[in-house]
Amino acid sequence: MLGRTIFIDPGRCIGCQACVSACRECDSHRGKSMIHLDYPDEGRSVASLPTVCMHCEDPVAPCAEVCPADAILITADGVVQEADPTRCIGCANCVNACPFGVPKIDLESKLQMKCNLCYDRTSYGLAPMCATVCPTGALFYGSLEELQAERPGVDVSTMFAFGDVTVSTGVAMVVPAEQRAAPLPGGLPAGGLLVADVLAGTVGDGSRSDGRPAGGQADRGRPDGGPADGGPPAGGLLRVIEVNGRPTPGNGAPA
Amino acid sequence: MTDRPVPLDPPVLLGAAVPLDPAVAPPGTRDFRDAGGLPASGWRADQAEQTLVPTHCCFCGVQCGMYLRVNAAGKVFGVEPRNHDINRMRLCPKGINAYQQVNHPDRLTAPLLRRSREEPFREVGWEEALTYTVEEVRRIQREHGVDAFGLLGGASLFSEKTYLVGKFARVALKTRHVDYNGRLCMVSAAGANKLAFGIDRAANPFSDILRTDCLLIAGSNVGECFPVMTQYVWGARDRGAKLIVVDPRETAVARTADVHVALKSGTDSAFFNAVLHVIVQDGLTDEAFLAAHATGWPELKAKVAEYPPERSAAICGVPAEQIVQVARLFGTAGRAMAWHARGIEHHTQGVENCLSVINLCAATGNLGRPGAGYGTITGQGNGQGGREHGQKSDLLPGGRSINDPEHRRQIAGIWGIEETELPQAGTSMMEMVWQMQRREIRGLIGICNNPFVSLPNYAVVKDGYDKLEFHAQFDFFLSETSANAHVVFPVTTWAEDEGVMANAEARVVKHNKAQEPPSGVRTDTWVMCELARRLGVGDKFDFAGSREVFDELRRASAGTVIDYYGITYERLEETGGIAWPCPDTAHPGTPRLFEDGRTYHPDGKVHLQVVEWHPPADPYDDEYPMTLTTGRTVAHFLSGNQTRRLGALVEQTPRPWVEVHPSHGFRNGEAVRVVTRRGASVLPALVTEAIRADHVFVPYHWPHPVAANALTNDALDPRSKIPEYKVCAVRIERAEQLDPVPAPPMPPGREAYPEAQHSRSDPLPPTAPQGRGTAERG
Repeated sequence: MLGRTIFIDPGRCIGCQACVSACRECDSHRGKSMIHLDYPDEGRSVASLPTVCMHCEDPVAPCAEVCPADAILITADGVVQEADPTRCIGCANCVNACPFGVPKIDLESKLQMKCNLCYDRTSYGLAPMCATVCPTGALFYGSLEELQAERPGVDVSTMFAFGDVTVSTGVAMVVPAEQRAAPLPGGLPAGGLLVADVLAGTVGDGSRSDGRPAGGQADRGRPDGGPADGGPPAGGLLRVIEVNGRPTPGNGAPA
Repeated sequence: MTDRPVPLDPPVLLGAAVPLDPAVAPPGTRDFRDAGGLPASGWRADQAEQTLVPTHCCFCGVQCGMYLRVNAAGKVFGVEPRNHDINRMRLCPKGINAYQQVNHPDRLTAPLLRRSREEPFREVGWEEALTYTVEEVRRIQREHGVDAFGLLGGASLFSEKTYLVGKFARVALKTRHVDYNGRLCMVSAAGANKLAFGIDRAANPFSDILRTDCLLIAGSNVGECFPVMTQYVWGARDRGAKLIVVDPRETAVARTADVHVALKSGTDSAFFNAVLHVIVQDGLTDEAFLAAHATGWPELKAKVAEYPPERSAAICGVPAEQIVQVARLFGTAGRAMAWHARGIEHHTQGVENCLSVINLCAATGNLGRPGAGYGTITGQGNGQGGREHGQKSDLLPGGRSINDPEHRRQIAGIWGIEETELPQAGTSMMEMVWQMQRREIRGLIGICNNPFVSLPNYAVVKDGYDKLEFHAQFDFFLSETSANAHVVFPVTTWAEDEGVMANAEARVVKHNKAQEPPSGVRTDTWVMCELARRLGVGDKFDFAGSREVFDELRRASAGTVIDYYGITYERLEETGGIAWPCPDTAHPGTPRLFEDGRTYHPDGKVHLQVVEWHPPADPYDDEYPMTLTTGRTVAHFLSGNQTRRLGALVEQTPRPWVEVHPSHGFRNGEAVRVVTRRGASVLPALVTEAIRADHVFVPYHWPHPVAANALTNDALDPRSKIPEYKVCAVRIERAEQLDPVPAPPMPPGREAYPEAQHSRSDPLPPTAPQGRGTAERG
């Protein structure tokens, strides 16, 4: 059951990056934004998508599970905290493990940093900075009941499929009603390939250039029916990233 | 600062170069995106010792409430969301970063002076700068007449200061030549409002949007230019309203609209005439409302009969069925509403375009009810208030006409001068530049404007300003225009003074002073009053500050349509804002107009106006076959003199680009030369399907040589004198090398804060019009 959490509604997002700027205002990481803001339909539309830490519940926080230093702690309220700086060894295991590509390593301090749901604000009953300022409510903080009171009939999901692994999260995504039953496709489609993988000849070795982990078991099983030989799927990711036959910069594609 | 080299690949990180061991820095971690400078990431807030000062944002016409965080030393150091009912805690990236201007290292803190443009500026004392300015005013007016000296104001000033600009021009300079940069922004809407309703403001508050059944947004990129207003648009949709967006580009609000009419720029009135044609044909007009509350309906009806959907579809480049669809959605809605902005106003028929939207609302009886009405979205923070109290060439305080003998007598009485001493109407901002070229205007003071970026046809503007014998500017950062002046007065930011602004709803809100200005900086009010004293009219400018000016403004507006008399600072602080007209201190203000069915014309009726479409001023031919349209991006504001210095905003959108449709064969990031009859710029292509194939778009916040306004046309609407920014003929061609993005100007010996300029040399276009995505670039 969802408590007070963030709800992400990409359909409302206008890509203005107020969340990115607001995140930088936090006193505990001033000047650095923990929010990811992507324009996933680059070259086609101005669609945009904010990503905050999804605070995975089941399996419990992959980032914390793989941390060799036990630096990533989960508080009783389900919030996956950023790595404790007195423990973090900057190994970036968490960066590789996170299915949503959330944690980052600050190279200057060699420490992990990530969204902690603005614990300094939420623990005092305030909303996180990003969801407070979001001009459109694409990032909303509150309970599901509060969300539905403002937006009648809205449906949400906390299940994300990464190949045959389903992750359930503490942060929810607003979805069309017909999507409610099945888990949402998590990140890139299983079997999808980045242009970089193809160009670098690393198809099939599981590495990716965008900071997101390889598709985990998806790479072994390809349950979505993607080509088992590792060739690019017809009409798959290549089509999304290319404009006029050339990979466009951004989103991890080579310039 | 000098232009940085193109960033290496991988990008060089700020600070010490950190060797990238893949084990330590896996892909995705290399470019942890920081603010690009201010605020220093080392800053730590001391929560225990901060004061939150309630105020509003300095930027757009939404006027979001915010708290400025002030530390124990009395310095603004941050922002905190404020639950004001305009914005309900929401802020856009500009608003969040606005506070960084206040103690920014690029601030001007001493007057700058030079006697000729060949010399470099030197820092001088206030006495020398004021004395020289007054000497030059006197010399030019003695040799060439009082009207040879001009004054240009701005609509980002508090209303008190805009009132003073008008009074200073007429009483101290005694010149007819005063105008302001709202001439580039709001005047078409103002002209249409006055013609149709006899009152110049939006008819409904934002909150009415939530109660509408059909929302029509014409020529407004709400998501980027008025981001916080988007919550009302989505809120309406949540409640079942249909959304229609008319825009040549598929903007963030157009993307998910029920109908997106991607018409050709410059064809708006043909479109709206055809929509009204279908509404008439389908019998969806409100004949009872028209009979009781409108004049000119038979003439208008006859005119729109000439615009069947097929004819307008050919003009506008949209399917005729879409015109019918819009007409039926709008015409059948129980409560329909239209909001428009510069997209339909920046045209040689800007006033008529607005009238064609008003006609639509009036013909369907959508006026003066909750959820039914229309609104104009003001661009500048005080775009509404800035046009009300006399800095416009033909207006006196309270929206009085300078051509009306009775109005002249009233204001002369309030100002304590003879009516004969009050100058006649002057000319508009662009016309004043033409007069500078002809040396009819030889001296100028500019307050809160940057025409080198904001006026069209840069070559003409530069030539006009270069011909001035004396030019002074008031600024808190050295703008491109100030950098070309003789004298620059360093003045306060919005956080260092108090005053009121009127937002897009005509709601007057109070800005509060959060900190003392830096040493050496004065308020605009002080500078104007001091100059007036030295020009011999100190008794008419005996104001200690904004509060005293506001009291005179209230009295000067009493009894007019734009009645501020009942608005006091105390009431504004209690209520969070009052919409004018507000004739007495017990009056609650007027959030919604025409509730009694009466307009502000003497007959109380809507004066419907016949509109005939005509093509844009710049003709298409084989050499210039396409359309250039210009506009804003979310991270920057107007001429960019403020936002191009704020690290986070530069980081988000470091440079301008040209948006082109894929059908032209350009690749993303390729250098494209954009050529019009007036100039050329080489910009990187942002290839996107979200624009009409026959249009290109360039954002206008940057200066020459990457200025959109080096390309735009200085043709004016004959009534409002607004320039035709939104459409001109253009061709695009392949180019070798991008034009560099200049650093913001600085006084000699100083460099624009380097960390904030870190990403300016990025050669690539942003990922999307809203900016660069936060994912690292490979």
